[in-house]
This record gives sequence, structure tokens and C-alpha cells, in this order.
Amino acid sequence: MSSVNPSAYPDTDSDAAPPRKEWPLWEIFIRGQHGMSHRHVGSLHAPDSEMAIKNARDVYTRRNEGVSIWAVESRHIAATVPSEKGPMFEPSESKVYRHPTFYDIPDEVGHM
Amino acid sequence: MADTIDRTALQQFLLRMGDNTLILGHRVSEWCGHAPVLEEDIALANTALDLIGQTQLWLDYAAEVEGAGRSADDLAFLRDVWDFRNVLLVELPNGDFGQTLMRQFLYDAWASIMLGRLQKSADERVREIAEKAAKENAYHVERSADTVVGLGDGTEESHRRMQAALDYLYPYVGELFESDATDAAMVEAGVAPDPAGLREDYDALVGRVMADATLRLPEKAYVHRGGRSGTMHTEHLGHLLCTMQWLQRAYPGCRW
Repeated sequence: MSSVNPSAYPDTDSDAAPPRKEWPLWEIFIRGQHGMSHRHVGSLHAPDSEMAIKNARDVYTRRNEGVSIWAVESRHIAATVPSEKGPMFEPSESKVYRHPTFYDIPDEVGHM
Repeated sequence: MADTIDRTALQQFLLRMGDNTLILGHRVSEWCGHAPVLEEDIALANTALDLIGQTQLWLDYAAEVEGAGRSADDLAFLRDVWDFRNVLLVELPNGDFGQTLMRQFLYDAWASIMLGRLQKSADERVREIAEKAAKENAYHVERSADTVVGLGDGTEESHRRMQAALDYLYPYVGELFESDATDAAMVEAGVAPDPAGLREDYDALVGRVMADATLRLPEKAYVHRGGRSGTMHTEHLGHLLCTMQWLQRAYPGCRW
């Protein structure tokens, strides 16, 4: 059993599925006014990448939320399988020493 | 600026600009909650809000130039059909989604050229409004052009509907390029270009998009006119105003 689902939304994979009337689903990532990284904000439907960006602009940035938009067709996202949550994530629960909280940081270092 | 020119003509020009955006904005807002998909619903609502926002700027200035103590809200909600100066194109019913987007593109294309010219206006206020509106319009025209191409060069049914929309709407395009004494006064004062002078750029832009959309422009179309001069609106404007103005008519001065 694999813990990785190569396509998180297999039913939207156009190679396998019969022709459909629904537009494909896109995941939208927005870089905020002050943020460095793009963050996932939600998903929407669009016929192609250009319209996905335009729809994202209209749906997710109408209150001046962003300065950059990424759109990725959902079927291209590989994701972990929810039922494999145990083996994937539980082993790290008991390893508190991996948190860098056991060190005293000198004041002169400033904000880290 | 406004003191040295014909204030009546300037006010008429501002009403024409503001009534176009007001009536089209209201028409587009009628889709709110009814568009074929959620994404288009929000996009159309955004467009409508942009247009209403531009209306505020145009009619604020129109009311100021008029100097009769009326506000932009008074102009929007308390005038009757015969006082509106929008072109007939923008008051036509929405029809299906394709017809709405075709009307939007035919207007957006004109506005993109008009607003570009108005950014060189001798009137500072007009210049400022045009600068703000041009940014919004640049997105509107890109979106409506894309949709016209997508639907025109789409399925057999979408192509048929878009061709029907173009055939229905095109006779209303000519009014955008009519010139009269008001326009001559605006040209004279350096406030606005002669509408007739925008036609060449417009035909180039619309021709390109319609070619991409595999749609055929009607030849030698009859020109419906009377909106921007106020001589005769279509029957549709009165119905639109009934919906848009009823609250202020039923409850005068109501605020919330």
C-alpha cells in the first residue's frame, strides 16, 4: 500500500475519464501583500489556465488580498492518503527533541 | 477649467459617461445569483460594482458642474427616462449569458479607447476619473473579449448564440460614434475627443476579436440612436428604472 496518492483528485484526470461537461478544478495559491510565499486559498472551476487565473482574481483577490496568483490544476497535485495518516505522521509526535526549544538563544542574535 | 467652457455641454458629456456606466452596471448586476457558474457570477458582480463606482465619479462631477444642489444619487435615482443620456446599447436586456458578454465586450472595447483618450483631457477631473476607470476597464475588456472568443469559437450551440447576439447588438454600436454640438464643444475645450474619431481603433479591435471568435460582423448595419441625445430610449429603460429607482421613489430620502 502506498502512502502517496499520485493524483489527489483522480476523477478529474482527463486522460482516463470520459468527456465531461464540467470545467476542471484548479487549486489557487495567492501571495499576499506582505507574505513571501504563495498560500493555498481555495479552489475553483475554469476551462483553462488563463481563465483559472482570471477567476482567481475575481473570486479571491477582490478585497486587495494579493500581489501574485498561482493556479494548478487539481489533478496534478500529489497528496498523502488520509488512511495512511498513522505511519506518515505519528512517528514524529514523540520526538520533541526535534523542536529547537532546548537551546538558549543569545539576545544579540535578535529575531530568528 | 470648467469655468471657461460651456457648462451645459460639459454636464451633458458627464451625464453621458455616467449614465452609460450606471445603466450597464445595473444591467450586469441583474446576473447576481443567476450566472451559469459561481466564478462567472462573482466576476460579473465585480464588473457591475466597478461600473457603479465609475458612475459615482462621473455623476458627482456632473452634479457639481450642474450646480443645482443635486447629488450623484439624485441624478441616478430621481431622473426619469427622458433625462438619461446613456447609449441604447447598455440598456438592452441581458438575454442569455452570451448576449450579456457580447454587449459587455462591445461596450468595453469602446470604453478602452475612450478612456485612453480622456486621460489626455484638458480637464483635470476628467483625466483623474479616466485614469482610475481605465485600469478597471483594461481587465473588463480582456475578460469579455476572452469569453466572446471562447463562446464564439466554442461549441455549435455557443457559436450560434454568439452570432445571434452580435447580429442583434451590432446595430446599436453606431450610436457610440455619433457627434453633435455637445461633442463639438468638448473637442473645442479639449475635454474629450470627437466620438467619430474613435471608430477606426474600435473597428480594428472588434474586428480582431470577432475573427478569433469565428464570428461574422454584420455588414452595413442600421444604426439605432436616440439614447445619448435623449430623444428616444428603448422601451427597456423604463422597466430598468422601475427596478433600480423604486426604493427612492417609494421612500423618498430613505437611507441605510
